[in-house]
Amino acid sequence: MKIEYYIVLSLALFCIGIVGVLTRRNAIIIFMCIELMLNAVNLLLVAFSKMHHLAGAAANPTAGIEGQLFVFFIMVVAAAEVCVGLAIIVMMYRNVHSVDVNFLNRLKH
Amino acid sequence: MKNILQLVWLVPVLPLIGFLINGLFRKQLPKSLVSLVGCGTLLASFVVSVLLFLQVKDGHTGVISFFDFISVGDFSIPFAFQVDQLSSLFLLVITGVGFLIHVYSAAYMHSEEPPHFARYFAYLNLFVFSMLLLVLGANYVIMFIGWEGVGLCSYLLIGYWFKNVEYTNAAKKAFIMNRIGDLAFLLAIFWIIAKLGTVTYTNDAGTGVLDIISGGLAKANLSTFEITGITLLLFVGATGKSAQIPLYTWLPDAMAGPTPVSALIHAATMVTAGIYMIARSNIMYTLAPVTQTVVAVIGLATAVLAATIALKQNDIKKVLAYSTVSQLGYMFLGLGVGAYTGAVFHVMTHAFFKALLFLGAGSVIHAMHHEQDIRNMGGLRKKLPITHMTFLLGCIAIAGIPPFAGFFSKDEILAAAFGRNMIYWIVGVITAGMTAFYMFRLYATTFLGQFRGTEEQRHHLHESPAAMTIPLMVLAVLSVIGGWIGIPEVLMHNAHSLEHFLSPIFAESAKIAEGHHLDHSTEYVLMGVSVAIALVAIFVAISRYSRKPEMKEATGFGKVLANKWYVDELYNFIIIRPLNWTGRFLNSFIEKNVVDGIVNGVGRFVNYTSRQVRLVQSGQVGSYVLLMVLGMLLFFAIQFFVKK
Repeated sequence: MKIEYYIVLSLALFCIGIVGVLTRRNAIIIFMCIELMLNAVNLLLVAFSKMHHLAGAAANPTAGIEGQLFVFFIMVVAAAEVCVGLAIIVMMYRNVHSVDVNFLNRLKH
Repeated sequence: MKNILQLVWLVPVLPLIGFLINGLFRKQLPKSLVSLVGCGTLLASFVVSVLLFLQVKDGHTGVISFFDFISVGDFSIPFAFQVDQLSSLFLLVITGVGFLIHVYSAAYMHSEEPPHFARYFAYLNLFVFSMLLLVLGANYVIMFIGWEGVGLCSYLLIGYWFKNVEYTNAAKKAFIMNRIGDLAFLLAIFWIIAKLGTVTYTNDAGTGVLDIISGGLAKANLSTFEITGITLLLFVGATGKSAQIPLYTWLPDAMAGPTPVSALIHAATMVTAGIYMIARSNIMYTLAPVTQTVVAVIGLATAVLAATIALKQNDIKKVLAYSTVSQLGYMFLGLGVGAYTGAVFHVMTHAFFKALLFLGAGSVIHAMHHEQDIRNMGGLRKKLPITHMTFLLGCIAIAGIPPFAGFFSKDEILAAAFGRNMIYWIVGVITAGMTAFYMFRLYATTFLGQFRGTEEQRHHLHESPAAMTIPLMVLAVLSVIGGWIGIPEVLMHNAHSLEHFLSPIFAESAKIAEGHHLDHSTEYVLMGVSVAIALVAIFVAISRYSRKPEMKEATGFGKVLANKWYVDELYNFIIIRPLNWTGRFLNSFIEKNVVDGIVNGVGRFVNYTSRQVRLVQSGQVGSYVLLMVLGMLLFFAIQFFVKK
């Protein structure tokens, strides 16, 4: 398949993620949208990695492997982020019985 | 023999030590010790000056160098003193007359509070120190240090009674007017440095300023135009210190200081600085005929103008002050016509009789309880016999009656002026007549006739203490015999010892200038005319003012004279008022609107923008995230469009 398809799909996922983060008020949904953006990036990394592998496999059997490595890193970071983020959201719910992020503007006062 | 010349540093340092002791311990020292330190240091430096003079008289002159004052690349200004005929003569006058004035001050100022009394003596010593530095310096920069020093001290002393606003204004006036002249002097020094690369007067290698100039213009790369410019600038400096047109109005105002200070400024220090400077640079002036004419004309104009003003003044000190301005004009006339010896001679004799007159006036003021208006005096002859006698001798000396001191010096200048231009002589003689007239008007109104003061003043009239009358007597003797060192050739063969003494200083000038030798009969006629005019003026003044003084306010032309030709008002109108107006405009418009506008505008702008930017900090998570995304986009855009 052509690389452009992957790019367009990834772009679409990323934009959905951004719009979700910007517009939604539910902290969990915002979280999911962030995951969506991360996955859009992962998809792109994998696609480019495959493309490079196909192009350079004759000279270098491990061509393009760096992209897939980065995917693993991102997944690890995302998992860590989920741990911390979910903990924050849980604490937030315990305190205010809501996961509405607009509620957090009281931190300003 | 050279050893005594090495001691020259003692001459200025002793008064400096006196200044330090009296200045630093003014609260601890009792009055008696203060006056002892003040007078003693000066007496010691007078003794050293006499020793130096005796050396110089035997022909031992020299430049004594102490250390490098300024050294930049291959240009250096040494801190050095020049001991020669001219400077040693000035040393004698400054320390000698200065010492008498110090002694007099000890009695005159005795009613002052102890710390102020010590402050006064500290200033006096500093004044003498500065003047000695000015005279001794072996180059123009050291002279300039002393030049500034006397300016500062005149400010301090004129404003000595600093609680009186009028007096401090007079002090400021003196200071500012002097600064105008100082600027011109400074420019002249820079010009000399730029052209000649040195400021030393003379040295053995022949590379000093005066050596180069006397060695010929071509060698010095100085055109006549440049030398004229330099000498004119130096002269402007001299008009500031020596109170010539247009910078003379500070000197009469300087009467605000204590009377001995006036005597010091007018006789021994300060005002003679300009004469000294031109006499020192005589070769430059001889080579700049245009400047010489300017000097002579300004000097003569000042002499006449000040003499006319003195005719109508009623303050005893103001008359003397204008008389000083007028006599200084004579000295400049002498310098302008090339009679350098005559000018220096007149400085010396004038120092004697003007110090005498001022101290005599101080004695009168002391007796009259600070009354200075001569219309309220009269008939003091019997009450103050010593003051009266010495004052009379001073008046005769300044009027130019032979064989008193003033006659010889004034006659020498007038004879030289006649040789240069007859008009100089005519105006000079008329001025001499006016001098005699106003001096005897002052004398007759003060000492003759009936007493016109209050009963209380009459009751308190008393002769001054010995510390005041002894300096008066010494100065009176000097005023009588001081002129005998310069008896002209026509009266006695080979008797002008001052001219022989000073001839090495003016030798180069004398070589260049063609001699104006008057024949003896002409000289007798000139002397006869000036003495006759003086005698007539004295006779008229005494007969007119001894019985009936001039009590009513002057009218018509006399009023113009009494108001000093309205020169102060003119300066006020053309200089001070526009300056004040500009100041007010800058204050009210530029300062309020432009400067404050900028400063406050910056403040208001920061205030406004911060209030606007604060709105962004809403606490809304959504808006933060939006800003973050926008920032990211901006970052990408910059990365994308701005390639490295």
